[in-house]
Amino acid sequence: MIVKIVNKGHYTLWRLRRSHMNALRCVHALTILGNKNRYYMEKHIFEIKNLNIYYHDFQAVKNVSVAIPSYVITAIIGPSGCGKSSFLRSMNRMNDLIPNAKLTGEILFHGVNIYDPLISEVNLRRRVGMVFQKPNPFPFSIFANVAYGLKIQNIKDKAMIAERVEESLKRAFLWDEVKDRLKKPALELSGGQQQRLCIARALAVYPDTLLLDEPCSSLDPLATAKIEELLQKLKKEVNIIIVTHNLQQAKRISEYVGFFNSGELVDFGPTKEIFERSAQSMVGRYIQGIFG
Amino acid sequence: MYKHTFQTKEKIIELIFGFCGMFSLFITLGIMGIIFWETTLFFKEVSLFEFMFSTQWTPLFSIKHFGVLPLITGTLLVAGIAMAIAMPTGVLMAIFMNEYANAKVRRILKPVLEILAGIPTIVYGYFALLSVTPFLQKVIPSLSGFNAISPGIVMGIMILPMVVSLSDDAFGAVPKEMKLAAYALGSSRFQVAFKIILPAAMSGVIAAFMLAISRAIGETMLVAIAAGMKPAFTLNPLVPIQTITSYIVQISLGDTPVGTLAYRSIFAVASVLFIITFIFNVIAQKLRHSLKY
Ligand SMILES: Nc1ncnc2c1ncn2[C@@H]1O[C@H](COP(=O)(O)OP(=O)(O)OP(=O)(O)O)[C@@H](O)[C@H]1O
Ligand SMILES: [Mg+2]
Repeated sequence: MIVKIVNKGHYTLWRLRRSHMNALRCVHALTILGNKNRYYMEKHIFEIKNLNIYYHDFQAVKNVSVAIPSYVITAIIGPSGCGKSSFLRSMNRMNDLIPNAKLTGEILFHGVNIYDPLISEVNLRRRVGMVFQKPNPFPFSIFANVAYGLKIQNIKDKAMIAERVEESLKRAFLWDEVKDRLKKPALELSGGQQQRLCIARALAVYPDTLLLDEPCSSLDPLATAKIEELLQKLKKEVNIIIVTHNLQQAKRISEYVGFFNSGELVDFGPTKEIFERSAQSMVGRYIQGIFG
Repeated sequence: MYKHTFQTKEKIIELIFGFCGMFSLFITLGIMGIIFWETTLFFKEVSLFEFMFSTQWTPLFSIKHFGVLPLITGTLLVAGIAMAIAMPTGVLMAIFMNEYANAKVRRILKPVLEILAGIPTIVYGYFALLSVTPFLQKVIPSLSGFNAISPGIVMGIMILPMVVSLSDDAFGAVPKEMKLAAYALGSSRFQVAFKIILPAAMSGVIAAFMLAISRAIGETMLVAIAAGMKPAFTLNPLVPIQTITSYIVQISLGDTPVGTLAYRSIFAVASVLFIITFIFNVIAQKLRHSLKY
C-alpha cells in the first residue's frame, strides 16, 4: 500500500507496517491534504509558525512557533486562561466556529498549511479529532454514537460500520463494558465510560491526531487511570496532544511538554527535561506550585 | 404584637393569591360544565350513532341531519393544509435562525415573526378571501370563491411564528458541547443541523407541532370568512366547506333561539373540538416535559 516510506522520524518502518490500519490512515491523510509526494512519515506532525490568536482585540496566543513530534504524547500545561485551549483548537480549526476569533500565522499538518483556503476544515477535522473536557456523547445509542463519524462520511456498508464500532470501542477499552448494551442510550453510561465513548467515537474515523482538552478533569482517579492507560496504548497509532492541569499526569504519560503562560509558549521540550528545570525558570516555579 | 400583624398580613396575601388561582380554575370548570350539560341535552334528542356516523350536517334544514363528520373533515382539512405548510417551513426557519443566521439576521427575523404573530386573525381572513383565493383562481380555474385551500395556506402562515419560536427554543436547548462534538468529527453545518440538532430536539419540535395543530383546529375567524359555510363530507380542498368553529360562529351570530336543537348542537360540536384540542395539548405537554436537557 505504502510504496516507499523513508524513515525520518523516531518511529521505524516496521512499526508502521505492523499496523495495517495505521498505514491506511497515513496515506489517507496525505491524499486528503493533496500532498501525494510525501510518502514518508514526518518527524513532526504539526509545525506551527508565528501563530497568533485573537478574540476581538484580546490576544490569547502570542507568536507561538513550535514543531510537535509525531507518535508521542505531547502535553500542554500552564495556568488557567493562558491560551492552551485556544492553541489546541487552532489545530483542527475548531476556532473557526468562534465568531470573533481571528488567527494569523501558519499551522502545517503533514507539511500542509491547514489554513490554506484550499483546505476543507471538515476534512481536516476528520483527520484531527478532538475530545473535550466534559464528556459529550450524542443523545443516541452507544452504537450510533461511535458510528456517527462514519455515517456522515456516507459509509453505508452495515457490516463495515459494525466492525469499526467494535474495533473502536475495543481500542478505547470500553468494549467489554458495553458489548451487551450497544443499543442503550449513551447518556446512561458513567462519566468515565462516556469519556471513553467519546474517544472511541473520535477513533472510529481513523484520525491521524487526537487533540484532548483536559479529558480527565471531570473524572475520578480510577477513570483517569484508565484513560491514561488507553492513551499510552493509542500513541503508537495516533498522535496525541493533550491539555492538562494535572502535572503528575503530564509527567506520567507525555514524552513532550509545552508550557504556556499568558499566551506565550514559554518552554517546549522532552518531559524529563521540562520537569527538571531549575526553580529559577518560570516552568520550574509553575511545576513546584510557586505560581499559577 | 408586631409579629401578630405580620402573620395576618401574610395570611391575607396568601388568601388573595389562592383566590386568584382558584378563580381561573372555576372559570374553566364552569365553561366545561355548561358545554357538557348542553351536550347531554343535545344527545337526549339526537342519537350518538347518528352524530358520529351520519355524513350530513343540516341542522337548519327542514330535514335535519346531525352527522358531525363533515365538520370534522372540514376542520382537519384546513388544519392539515396549514400544518403541511407551517411544519416544514417553520422547522427550516428555526434551523436557519439557530445554525446559519448570524446575530444581525436573527435580530431582524425575530421581530418580523412577532409582528406576523400579532396580526389580528380577521386580517388574515380577508387576506385569504380577497387576495389568496383570487390569485389561486388564476392557477386553478375550478376553485370556488370559498374553499379550504386558501384559508389553509393563510392559516399556515399565521401559525408559522408559533412553530418557529417553539422549535427555536427546542433547538436552542440542545447543548453546545454536542454541536462541538459533531463539528469535531468532521460534520458539515448541514449535518450538524439535521443529524444532531434536529434529532436531539425532536420531542420539542413535535410538541411545537401539536400546539400548532390545536391552534389551527381552534382558529375561527379565518375559516369563517374564507372557507364558506357549507358542511361537506369531502377532502377536496377546492370546494366550500365548514369547520366546527365556523359552524359555531354561524349559529351564535344567527337568530337561532336558545334551547332549540340547533342551539344545543353548537355545544355538542364544541365538546368534540374541546376533546380534539385537549388530546393534542396533552401530547404536547407530555413531550415538552420529556425534553432531556
Ligand atoms: N470565545 C472566546 N471569546 C473571547 N475570549 C476568549 C474566548 N475563548 C477564550 N477566550 C480568552 O482567551 C484566553 C485563553 O483562553 P483559553 O480557553 O485558551 O485558556 P486555557 O488555557 O484553556 O484556560 P483553562 O485552563 O482555564 O481552560 C482567556 O483569557 C479567555 O478569556
Ligand atoms: Mg481550556
